[in-house]
Amino acid sequence: MRTGRPLVTIRDLKIEGLAGEDWLPIVNGIDLDLARGEVLGLIGESGAGKSTVGLAAMGFTRDGCRIAGGSIEFDGIDLVAASEDARRSLLGRRIAYVAQSAAASFNPAHRLIDQHTEGPVLHGVSSLQESQEDAMALYARLRLPEPESIGFRYPHQVSGGQLQRAMTAMAMSCRPDLIIFDEPTTALDVTTQIEVLAAIRDIVDQFGTAAIYITHDLAVVAQMADRIKVLLKGDEVEENDTRAMLAEPQEDYTKSLWAVRSFRRPEQPPAGQGAVPVIAVAGVTAGYGTAPDVLHDVSFDVHAGRTVAVVGESGSGKSTVARCITGLLPPRGGEVRFNGEALPAGYRNRSKDQLRQVQMIYQMADTALNPKLRIRDIVGRPVQFYRGLRGAGLRRRVEELLEQIELEPALYIDRLPSELSGGQKQRVGIARALAADAQFIICDEVTSALDQLVAEGILKLLDRLQNELDLAYMFITHDLATVRAIADEVVVMKDGFVVEAGPKTEMFTPPHHDYTDLLLSSVPEMDPDWLDRLLEQRGVDNIGEAARGRID
Amino acid sequence: MSGLARMIGQRLALGAFTLLVVSMVIFAAIEALPGDFAEAILGQGATPEAVAAIRESLGMDRSPVERYFAWLGGVFSGDFGVSFNQLSFQSQYGQTGERDVVTVADQLAPRFANTIFLAATAAAVAVPLALTLGILAALYRGSIFDRAANVGTLTSISSPEFFVAYILILFLAAANPVFPSISKIHADLDFWERLYRTVLPALTLTLVVTAHMMRMTRVAIINLLASQYIEMARLKGVPRWRVIVRHALPNALAPIINVIALNLAYLVTGVVVVEVVFVYPGIGQMFVDAVKLRDMPTVQACCLVFAAAYILLNLLADVLSVLTNPRLRHPK
Repeated sequence: MRTGRPLVTIRDLKIEGLAGEDWLPIVNGIDLDLARGEVLGLIGESGAGKSTVGLAAMGFTRDGCRIAGGSIEFDGIDLVAASEDARRSLLGRRIAYVAQSAAASFNPAHRLIDQHTEGPVLHGVSSLQESQEDAMALYARLRLPEPESIGFRYPHQVSGGQLQRAMTAMAMSCRPDLIIFDEPTTALDVTTQIEVLAAIRDIVDQFGTAAIYITHDLAVVAQMADRIKVLLKGDEVEENDTRAMLAEPQEDYTKSLWAVRSFRRPEQPPAGQGAVPVIAVAGVTAGYGTAPDVLHDVSFDVHAGRTVAVVGESGSGKSTVARCITGLLPPRGGEVRFNGEALPAGYRNRSKDQLRQVQMIYQMADTALNPKLRIRDIVGRPVQFYRGLRGAGLRRRVEELLEQIELEPALYIDRLPSELSGGQKQRVGIARALAADAQFIICDEVTSALDQLVAEGILKLLDRLQNELDLAYMFITHDLATVRAIADEVVVMKDGFVVEAGPKTEMFTPPHHDYTDLLLSSVPEMDPDWLDRLLEQRGVDNIGEAARGRID
Repeated sequence: MSGLARMIGQRLALGAFTLLVVSMVIFAAIEALPGDFAEAILGQGATPEAVAAIRESLGMDRSPVERYFAWLGGVFSGDFGVSFNQLSFQSQYGQTGERDVVTVADQLAPRFANTIFLAATAAAVAVPLALTLGILAALYRGSIFDRAANVGTLTSISSPEFFVAYILILFLAAANPVFPSISKIHADLDFWERLYRTVLPALTLTLVVTAHMMRMTRVAIINLLASQYIEMARLKGVPRWRVIVRHALPNALAPIINVIALNLAYLVTGVVVVEVVFVYPGIGQMFVDAVKLRDMPTVQACCLVFAAAYILLNLLADVLSVLTNPRLRHPK
């Protein structure tokens, strides 16, 4: 595919961002070449500068960023020197962008097709009529349901995976030479992701479009890219063809990224016959307000020292189960038992001791910690509330907890959450749950907002604490890699029903329930041929929403 | 859409209740004022006998509660009563109620039409002006234009309206006699003459209400500019003005509509001072005169008109806000 002069040539690109009053470097001199029709994968953790580089390839910088040096050439046009109007005439027409969250990137006030045709009509590429017909053809090509009419819906009337494909269609509307895909599947469920990946790859192949595919997920990039470039904190680590890169990463950092999925918690012996579970969810049925039930007869047990992973996609009811256990949502039927005793349905009716026993760690440590409180108060408040400690005793206990989560008390006890990194904030969230001396902790997607290396650190910490304190965990997640790493038992949920439950080893060996099979087979693997094989095995119509709809 | 109909029904019922409460508060407030109509109208000549005679003829010797419910009963049958002022002349000339009685409603109607005319004139200028300035300020935010628009509108909103009115009179009526300083409006005027005489009060009101609406338009749009769909529009090569007008504005309408409604309500209810300055024969003038005379039926009627304007305009704003939200307009 690599013929003629390159489509994009970036040399020694430096980008700075405004922090307070100072310009701090974000990208420190990156070179990038992209041939026509080629797909380059940009990978790295958050803060690596991959989105910034991707946007710069369009000649675009976000507000508060500036290009401090270097050159960006697109098909012989110098994008740094080009006038605003010259750049704008390229955007959308010859270079297009597909954003991470299609739900946030489609304008809620306009119909999909009106947003689709805006570019071609503005740029004079085609008439409104032609562009509408083309949109319907693209929707069909991207396997959207009802391609003739789906464009006439508003964004909120269309599901996330469908929106992401509609956005890819929109990027294709002017048949650009280059598309920047900025984490296009990160926000999607795993089964939906496959569908979008397959659609993107198909359409990029069909039109011979060059692409820069930005992601933090190695297995995804392995399916999509011809070449991979690894970034770290604004510097290039290495670049190579996809197969070579996967087979033999050269740099230590790349190797560490490759190795990150290696953590495995040793399997725990099953709980003895007749052992009383710490938490027993027994036939729980629940719903919000006057709406119909969203949980149907859900039952499972969590034993001391063991981890139960509750797996399912968005809307499967896994977080609602957590709300029922904590008493935030009193169930309509069934009960939750703690050490054999039924807990009152609503948290208002529970005693302080009962409240203490069930604690939660949240997905977004950013929003779960009060930004105005110092760490000593965030962790100290439950210590004081549940154990009644004050003064020196309180301080000693808080320090002890900080040591347990591997944060040096002297350094961190007086900090605000904004002065911590993402991983450290999540650790404080853990300390707050531990402060109550709970026996049972619900971990709600605790690692999904974190980079892989940081997430692994959190998993190891949770594992150590579980062994030391004999904690029982309920681990809500949609990430099967995490399940593999940490779970003893797995509960698979779909549409408010438990479709399968059992020990982890059983769950990961066939035969599976159809839905478990779909989930498991949808998890991308670090093998560039994986997606091809999957499509061959399952068939292009038997993945994603279509397949899910067929399973009862 | 049935949800919307239910909301409108509920709000109208609530609005009617609010009007009832307003009428009680107003009645109580007038009762609490020192002096009454009889003393006010007789002035220096207020002999105890004359005062008592007028009180009796007005039924003011009855208890306040009794009088309130008598008035309220009239309202429910569509009778807002007769202005004390009208009655008093009858009693002074020894006439009885057989003459054609001018009711409060009869008096109010032309006045109300005048006030609506003034408010509509001001709104017709102020709303498009404020929206345009707000959109331009958002488009060129941080520029000289943005700052000038902000300073200008803030200055006009910070000055008391009578002050703005006198400044306008000074420059446009006294120093350069372009417009009349007194708005003599009567039914025989044709539309253009009427408009000509309304210019100064309308201009005053425009200057007072524009700032609020313009700043809200600007802020509501700027708040959206960090949204991802705005970035997406820019990355599609959409020109800046089109990003603002087509992509930001439709999503910013709800707060803008609410501020416009508040300001329109102010145009109806807040005109009192401006009408007095320009001797504009609107409801505000009538209201001030009625309060001076403790003319309860007229005060009540004016207040109810003001309150109803507020309630209806706010209801209208809420309905329009709902309609601008595609999630509510097009449910899944």
